[in-house]
Amino acid sequence: MTQHNTQQAQRQAAMAVLAHAEAGEIAARLRTISLPGHQELREPENGLVMLRGRVGGDGAPFNLGEATVSRAAVRLASGEVGFGYTLGRDGEKARLIALCDALVQSRDFGGLVERDVIAPLREQLMIRRKQAAEETAATKVDFYTMVRGEG
Amino acid sequence: MYVAVKGGERAIENAHRLLANARRGDQSVAEVSLDQISEQLGLAVDRVMSEGSLYDRELAALAIKQARGDLIEAIFLVRAFRATLPRFGASEPVDTGAMRVQRRVSSTFKDIPGGQILGPTFDYTHRLLDPSLGQGFVPEAPAVAEASTAPTPRVTDILGRDGLIETSPRAEDGASVGDLTREPLNFPADRDLRLQNLARGDEGFLLAMGYSTQRGYGRNHPFAGEIRFGEVEVEFVAEDVGFAVPLGSIELTECQMVNQFKGSATEAPCFTRGYGLAFGQSERKTMSMALVDRALRARELGEEVGAPAQDEEFVLSHSDNVQATGFVEHLKLPHYVDFQSELGLLRKLRKEFAETSAEANGPAAMKEAAE
Repeated sequence: MTQHNTQQAQRQAAMAVLAHAEAGEIAARLRTISLPGHQELREPENGLVMLRGRVGGDGAPFNLGEATVSRAAVRLASGEVGFGYTLGRDGEKARLIALCDALVQSRDFGGLVERDVIAPLREQLMIRRKQAAEETAATKVDFYTMVRGEG
Repeated sequence: MYVAVKGGERAIENAHRLLANARRGDQSVAEVSLDQISEQLGLAVDRVMSEGSLYDRELAALAIKQARGDLIEAIFLVRAFRATLPRFGASEPVDTGAMRVQRRVSSTFKDIPGGQILGPTFDYTHRLLDPSLGQGFVPEAPAVAEASTAPTPRVTDILGRDGLIETSPRAEDGASVGDLTREPLNFPADRDLRLQNLARGDEGFLLAMGYSTQRGYGRNHPFAGEIRFGEVEVEFVAEDVGFAVPLGSIELTECQMVNQFKGSATEAPCFTRGYGLAFGQSERKTMSMALVDRALRARELGEEVGAPAQDEEFVLSHSDNVQATGFVEHLKLPHYVDFQSELGLLRKLRKEFAETSAEANGPAAMKEAAE
């Protein structure tokens, strides 16, 4: 895997966690880091993304309906540009994701933001998902067919 | 025809003030919060998101509150709001096979890989009103069991491996995805546009249409191959970022109907299918949608077309409750000019009728009629 692809995978993995966190949770984690200088490249903006499904689940795509999405972009003083996209209309969350995305790409902060922000949030997400999965699993059912008698 | 009228500003303003008070109700009763609506009236929120065609729980809850619980009015509000936002683009198609399922049942196979999971369902409840809910009910914590990591493939994918069911239509290379929010619907409409229309269509209308197929108006012998509800991840290829950005997850319900089989001289017989997909936990909606989707394929599958649910123009033109309510409810608005001209015409016709009768029956009859 090239270095570019590795970094892209890291950024996607971080975004996949951050999109599931609340703005307040991300902000609280970021406060544990002494942040480098940065500026907003694009102020948070709300818009829509058309969500697509597939015919039969696996066929040709179709438009299912839209979702609200907020986005922002942040640039670190050292030049890294981060993007934040998230479902919903929380512009502050989009800004924080963009800041994290920029930090993930930074040589000086990449490891730190993964350790102190992304990893703990990922762990929280996994705990929530595990809890939900266990509650769901308790409703798993074994239907059995009654053999029909003759006459 | 509706003709603009002037005047009444003061009365309209006061009517809206009265509405605001009626909406709030008795102020000694606690006000309902958006969180309460979203958490405790979740299925109403799901319906407003589906038919409002906008995934945003908070906005749907606000719309329900503003509409005093009138869901069609709430859907109208959400559609109007949607028009105020720019569109960034379209997501990658979601993968319902990778859904974190919270519910998954099949009426065709009892043993499916990953198992049958009831999840939070009204099924098998006794439909008896529960007075304890009126008195501060605190539910017992959910039971837990060890979660399986086994994949939960779609039942139709399993049937598909043996060629027992038709494959889903593939996209043609470079084909664009039809979007009825951008271009008006023309007939015949392709399956992508039909599904988009049905996904935002009125649940009651689709329920009635689907039911009609079961009762014999375009029968297509359905089985609920699978119904699943859960969370799927959404990704969006943002041009500025340059790769597929995870946006978070949404809840979806998917219904795969497995229908009567079809074959030809060149193709072995196999089951056909109808598809339903909607935001949130919308089981009745997706089942109805799948029945209607299948009915609308009658022509494509070489079936006799005659029932209302098989009539594409009829179904797709009447499924949208915002359009429907707009046209039905506009009858309330002043039609004075229109009505005056009708009234004038009617008076003229009646006068002519009276004159003709008078001539035919002579003065005696005229006198009698007057008495």
